[in-house]
Amino acid sequence: MERQIRRVGVGLLAAFLAVFFQLNYVQWLSAQDIASNRSNVRKLLREYSIKRGEIVTSDNVTLATSRRTKGRLKYERLYPEGDLYGHITGYYSIIYGTARVEAAFNEELLGEGGVLTVQDFRDRFLGGGEEGNDVRLTIHSELQGVARQALGNQRGSVVALDPRSGEIRAMWNFPSYDPGPLASHDSKEQRRYRRSLAPNDPRSPLISLATSRSYPPGSTFKVVVTAAALESAFTPRSTFPDPQALDLPQTDAVLRNFSRTACTGGGRIDLFTALEISCDTTYGMLGLRRHAKIREVAEGFGFNQPIPVDIGTEASVFPEIPDDTANLRAFAGIGQGDVSTTPLQMALVAAGVANGGKVPRPRLVKEIVDPNAGIEERFTPETIGEPMSPRTARQVTDMMVAVVQSGTGTAAQMDGVKVAGKTGTAQTGIEGANPHTWFIAFAPATDPQLAVAVIVENGGSFGSEATGGAVAAPIAKAVLEADRRIRGW
Amino acid sequence: MLAAPRRNTELSLLILALILGAGALALVVLALGPDEITLATPIMTVLVVLYIAAHIIMRRVAPKADPTILPTAALLNGIGLAVVYRLGPEAFGPAQVTWTLVGLVLFTGTLLLLRDYHALSSYKYLIGFAGVFMLMLPAFPGIGREVNGARLWVGFGDFQFQPGEFAKVLLVTFFAAYLAERKELLSIASRRFAGFRIPDPKHFGPLVVMWGLSLAVMILEKDLGSSLLFFSIFLVMLYIATARIVYTLLGTLLFALGAWFSYATFSHVRLRVQVWLDVFNPRLIDDESYQMAQSLFALATGGLFGTGFGKGRPDLIPAAETDFVFSALGEELGLFGTAAILLCFLLLIGRGLRIALTARDDFGRLLAAGLTAIFGIQTVIILAGVTRLLPLTGITLPFMSYGGSSLLANFVLVAILIRVSHQATDAPPPAATAEILIGGR
Repeated sequence: MERQIRRVGVGLLAAFLAVFFQLNYVQWLSAQDIASNRSNVRKLLREYSIKRGEIVTSDNVTLATSRRTKGRLKYERLYPEGDLYGHITGYYSIIYGTARVEAAFNEELLGEGGVLTVQDFRDRFLGGGEEGNDVRLTIHSELQGVARQALGNQRGSVVALDPRSGEIRAMWNFPSYDPGPLASHDSKEQRRYRRSLAPNDPRSPLISLATSRSYPPGSTFKVVVTAAALESAFTPRSTFPDPQALDLPQTDAVLRNFSRTACTGGGRIDLFTALEISCDTTYGMLGLRRHAKIREVAEGFGFNQPIPVDIGTEASVFPEIPDDTANLRAFAGIGQGDVSTTPLQMALVAAGVANGGKVPRPRLVKEIVDPNAGIEERFTPETIGEPMSPRTARQVTDMMVAVVQSGTGTAAQMDGVKVAGKTGTAQTGIEGANPHTWFIAFAPATDPQLAVAVIVENGGSFGSEATGGAVAAPIAKAVLEADRRIRGW
Repeated sequence: MLAAPRRNTELSLLILALILGAGALALVVLALGPDEITLATPIMTVLVVLYIAAHIIMRRVAPKADPTILPTAALLNGIGLAVVYRLGPEAFGPAQVTWTLVGLVLFTGTLLLLRDYHALSSYKYLIGFAGVFMLMLPAFPGIGREVNGARLWVGFGDFQFQPGEFAKVLLVTFFAAYLAERKELLSIASRRFAGFRIPDPKHFGPLVVMWGLSLAVMILEKDLGSSLLFFSIFLVMLYIATARIVYTLLGTLLFALGAWFSYATFSHVRLRVQVWLDVFNPRLIDDESYQMAQSLFALATGGLFGTGFGKGRPDLIPAAETDFVFSALGEELGLFGTAAILLCFLLLIGRGLRIALTARDDFGRLLAAGLTAIFGIQTVIILAGVTRLLPLTGITLPFMSYGGSSLLANFVLVAILIRVSHQATDAPPPAATAEILIGGR
């Protein structure tokens, strides 16, 4: 009988070992796989049991907040300002996940990242009211409203930032979307609303034009080329031939001026005037002769890599054009061809000039605030590139002031404040499409407070008659004036 | 001589177990919030006092008994209480505490009244019929109640219990007594049947009748877990008594036939198998395999270290407090927690089989081995079920699942084990426990 009992013991031991191996499989080896199954709502329930922090503007307007529900998911995300901040806050959706600030600062909003406070320890060990941290943006609600109003119902984008700190004070794209329905706890409403946004359409309102769409910069890019020229032996008074059209190497093609005539009635033209009146042939020549330097300066402004802002951005591109297609370098010199840029990048070009040649790192988030313990983290100004010397920056500023005073950008003139700016009217490369209209600016020219970039796709309501000076410059002016009023500069 | 040191060992182990149990309960109370603290202190005090009282009574009535049984049961019971409390601080928790108190009274009562386990042998037929009667009780109209599709419950007013839990102790006792008496006769194959040499039907007839009856009752009551349990315990005890592997093979064949028959006949059996094979199928996961999937999610989310008491969502598993209490534990204590619990069960089983080896006579050996085996097999069936090693057949996890009947029956079970252990020979055991577990000679 003894032997049988031992054998039963062995059998039971074997069965326990099998259970033990299975437990190792379920709880360890494939735990990640099993736990990440869509039907496992544990992580979701945990996240939604936390009172997610608020997202507020720099002037304390609440953009995203959490409200207690009676349902299984304890908190619902609300966006009181509708579509005005859709591309900034992003959304917090059960089905579609998170986007923008909601995604980039998810840990902070859930109260998981950053420094552990005494309150955090109490929450952790005694359970109870878990609360995330608030995120305070650099955006000013009034300026954001002005940007929306100024752009109106034209597809396009307005980006305004403080050139010294990099703090983005307004960033508005039309069209935009309301994150509210995407954060609804009703999955049908989430799906229905997202479908209505045509998520797969390249023109979907879900796309943030300011950061995720690249356009040819057109003549606004001449600011970059001017900086490159001044950094390589040219001066504002250096003169260039002024032909009706620029003959391009290797091909029969020519580069014509926008006006289809010589810029100054023939003879020679200096660099200062070339920028003031946006002379294409001059910049075509510079494009051909200073290709490498232009690329270096463009990269100093942030081209060719994603801009390190708090939310994801598309990289702007200034390609290296090989010698056998050198004619294309002329088009790159006037911001056409293979050059493409986001509106945010062009705002940084203006900011870099305004800030004495130092390109500030753009900020969307000012600080993280623990609702019980005050400011937990504050983001300080940083520089992401230094494409030119302060002296060059001053010279470019003077030339941009002339653009607004007597050149193509007169529509941006302000009472009592000198505005520096540059217009752009960029060919889209699409047959029959009207050109995009650009304006980049900063003011006051002597003590820059705000840098702005505006693009209106396909000339907006002006259509084929549109130029950057006529369409985009007034919008930039409206934003500059509003900021002057708000901050009293 | 041997008695005092064994009881002192028991006391220190018991204190350790009570500290762990009380610690687990304290963590749960902290996680649930300060409102529960006032309630928890008297509960813990009463539990500790009663366990110590049980130990003191053992010093008088079973001084030579194995010193690890009571502390291991206390540890499993303590952790189980913490998990059940965590899952239902208002309903399950307090009720389970009450059942634990009743269980400890029953435990000491059994030790006090049953001074010699041979008394059980004298009443074997009475016990056997009582066992079958208990099993059949839920089938009677009026008092029987169906819960979750299985007719296992007997109820009078608000009070209800599962007589099947007690039936298992009674039937094992009957089998042990009957087999101890007839084992020689059963080992002699005097007849031929279908090419096999089998013993005279008059010797094993009553056994088969009793077993068939209990199995039929359980199939009628749709309790697959208990059917499987009784089937295997019957085979195991027959094997221990006769050493004839042919019974085991025959039994396994019968089991295979029964399984095939159930699969072909009962849709709920087919569903169990389907869920086992295809638990994450999106078409099943919201309904048919929901419970099983939630169990696996709980275990997987717990991972190596668990979320900590009160930090997981084991309440998402339907029946977390009863059949799936192990998964709830796995979510909050992790693999380290579940492995530790496995070791506790294994320890209890190892000690139980050691008691069987050292028992004075065949009845004692069969009784201890049978009770240990039914305890072990029940544990394996439910653990293999909730971890998806085998198709799920719902039964309780001894000492941990919520439910009075199961807890009381298991307290009686260990009390009988302790009684057998106390009466075991004084001679040193033939082999160490470790050797038992790895096969020995």
